[in-house]
Amino acid sequence: MTNPLLRIENLHKSYQSLEVLKGISLELQKGETLALIGPSGSGKSTCLRCINNLERPTGGAIFLEDERIGQLPDRRGGWRPMTDSELAAQRTEIGMVFQLFYLWPHLTVLDNVALAPIKAQRMDPAEARHMAKAMLDRVQMGHKAHEYPERLSGGQQQRVAIARTLAQRPKVILFDEPTSALDPELVGEVLNVIKSLAEEGRSMVLVTHEIRFARDVADRVIFMDGGVVVEEGKAKQVINHPRMERTKAFLRQVHDQPVAEMQGAP
Amino acid sequence: MGFFDILQGLMGGAVTAIYITLGAGTFAMALGLLLALAQTFGHSRWMRWAINAYVEWMRNVPALAHLFLLYFGLAAVGIRFSPLVAAMLGLGLVGAAMLCEVFTAAFRSIHPGQREAALAAGLTPLQALRYVLVPQMLRLSLPSTANYTSQLIKDTSIASAIAAPEIMFFARNLVTSTFETSLIYGTALLLYAAMVWPVAWMFFRLERRLEMSR
Repeated sequence: MTNPLLRIENLHKSYQSLEVLKGISLELQKGETLALIGPSGSGKSTCLRCINNLERPTGGAIFLEDERIGQLPDRRGGWRPMTDSELAAQRTEIGMVFQLFYLWPHLTVLDNVALAPIKAQRMDPAEARHMAKAMLDRVQMGHKAHEYPERLSGGQQQRVAIARTLAQRPKVILFDEPTSALDPELVGEVLNVIKSLAEEGRSMVLVTHEIRFARDVADRVIFMDGGVVVEEGKAKQVINHPRMERTKAFLRQVHDQPVAEMQGAP
Repeated sequence: MGFFDILQGLMGGAVTAIYITLGAGTFAMALGLLLALAQTFGHSRWMRWAINAYVEWMRNVPALAHLFLLYFGLAAVGIRFSPLVAAMLGLGLVGAAMLCEVFTAAFRSIHPGQREAALAAGLTPLQALRYVLVPQMLRLSLPSTANYTSQLIKDTSIASAIAAPEIMFFARNLVTSTFETSLIYGTALLLYAAMVWPVAWMFFRLERRLEMSR
């Protein structure tokens, strides 16, 4: 097996005395989609937010293509946390799609997508807008390029947010519960876009409550509970045939039915 | 002495009032923004305490007392400002405290996710501020900034107390020489209104336009 694209080693995160992540280790291969599932408060989103250092880990290490994320060697041979300014270049390589989209309301859809390429990556503005338009077309939002975000539905806003992330040309994309804030009828359009990205061979880490979607789209699934990895394996295996009792109990709970009844799909 | 003679006599004062508004307003905006940035994003507890103290002080003491302190008080220790500069400084310092509160409240009403999305997109904190947070803050604070600007135009009248040659200064001089009290002060009122209305209208139009793009 080749070197992993993303490697997390023994990740810890605490808020004062509350330990949210208790030593998470995982790897993501290039072109792979990894889904993190688990109950609320299990630490999935915190884990995801630690990857791009929106939450600063309190222990452990994160590597993207062997480059350590969020830490720089200090003079005494140890490591020191990077500042947000120092992190900017690394964050460009790690795209993130948020649950609540967080489109910038004062900018048009096109400028939302083009801003970071122009300002962070110093791309020529005309070229960046051309690229932004292509990314919007990619998520079927090209026709709304000159609208403002508030005029869009939640599903459309999330698709724009995905286009904004694609425009960063990241090596890995993090999805933090991308459909949790959407009305049920709008979930499908966003899942379709994510599915097509997975089929394109993008490297993605997906925190989701859409268990069936995780099973059908992810290559691997990690089930987390209480800040630890409880079970990990191929998506269909973990979701259709969980080994651990906690995984079984969770899957029963979210589907309100025995796991066996979900096994219609291969 | 007719209305148009009085109007002509007060016009010079209106020009001064506009200068004071522009000078004090620009100073207040710049200092208010700096203080709000330090208040919202600064890490020093001491600095936040100092800014709070400044804002509270300025809010609770009359602007006229500040003008007197700047103009007469500092002159007594050898620091002399012209009445115009003292008025701009004095009203600017008071305005900075008011706008600091307005801007800080607007910054705090922006969802933290807006900044996170900017950082996650690879912008530096300074770029996030410049391209994402400040533009939203200015939009959110537009109604209060409009109120402040109207108030500032009216407050230029107190600069007459330190002999800044603005509308009320000329009006009082005219009254003492002509005794046309009602006509002169009435004309002065109309002049202030004529300055406030276009500014209020301009802000109203701006708000409407930005509402379309919010």
